[in-house]
Amino acid sequence: MDLVQMQKSLQDYTKSLFLEGILDSQFLQLQQLQDESNPDFVSQVVTLFFQDSDRILNDLSLSLDQQVVDFKKVDPHVHQLKGSSSSIGAQRVKNACVVFRSFCEQQNVEACHRCLQQVKQEYYLVKNRLETLFKLEQQIVASGGMIPAVELGF
Amino acid sequence: MAVGEVMRMEIPAGGELPVTTPELHVLAVDDSIVDRKVIERLLRISSCKVTTVESGTRALQYLGLDGGKGASNLKDLKVNLIVTDYSMPGLTGYDLLKKIKESSAFREVPVVIMSSENILPRIEECLKEGAEEFLLKPVKLADVKRIKQLILRNEAEECKTLSHSNKRKLQEDCDTSSSSSSSSSSHDDSSVKDTPSSKRMKSESENLSSLF
Repeated sequence: MDLVQMQKSLQDYTKSLFLEGILDSQFLQLQQLQDESNPDFVSQVVTLFFQDSDRILNDLSLSLDQQVVDFKKVDPHVHQLKGSSSSIGAQRVKNACVVFRSFCEQQNVEACHRCLQQVKQEYYLVKNRLETLFKLEQQIVASGGMIPAVELGF
Repeated sequence: MAVGEVMRMEIPAGGELPVTTPELHVLAVDDSIVDRKVIERLLRISSCKVTTVESGTRALQYLGLDGGKGASNLKDLKVNLIVTDYSMPGLTGYDLLKKIKESSAFREVPVVIMSSENILPRIEECLKEGAEEFLLKPVKLADVKRIKQLILRNEAEECKTLSHSNKRKLQEDCDTSSSSSSSSSSHDDSSVKDTPSSKRMKSESENLSSLF
């Protein structure tokens, strides 16, 4: 694939993430903060998000597997994940967290288990998509090209 | 230099402010590592110097408000703005705000609260306690730019107030020394002086009221 094709692929791929609601405008905000002096800013933030989320999801699994679920422990974790996913524009993860929190409030253990599965699903999805996105970017940079700015016409 | 003061430049008698904006030093407090990274970048890209800490307790330690021994080295600490998350384990952003406003060293430093939750009583409570602004997360570049303009404008007005009150004192000194001049010229002088000084008094009182 030549450079122009790769750049077009990246643009189309990125657009699809927005169209599917996997990413929202906050991700664009992060991209705006990236420049020649900070060329890896987005991937750095996203990597922090992955590390942080892995930890939180692990803690959540442990908390929900207890004989007696302590919602005072569960809710802050979900709140944290909601916050960080919102900060990077991972819209579907954030929305799943919102639902999760409402069931925490109701102290509904079974529903919370389902919510955790939903959150995990959305998280693995965005993780997978973003990793692909970064790979595409790396290929372009490795070929001596520039990452095109995302133009959202919709 | 007093805490919270921006580097002062000589302000010419014409009252024109220098073109170069001073670099603000911002203390950012957030328990989320992701949010700390983002707010730090938002502030740096807005030409601010940034210190990030992960909790209200750390913030108090940094400011020397924790009753520890740190206070003695802090007379040169300049913080122009404190930005803090609301929901943090231990000390919340609100608790931190209160402690800052209770301190003599930092009560003049503007504090901005960030929160992912748009809860009106929370917002009111923070503003009542003296928060400069309440930002809804996720924070955007436009929010940071707006805050920066606000802070710079407040600091500039403070500069003007000081420079005008210095000017007025000088003119008063001159008036008393030239009281022997002819009545017509002094009348003319005073009528010319009256308009600008009444404007100044009005703007000074406005400035003072904006500080409280």
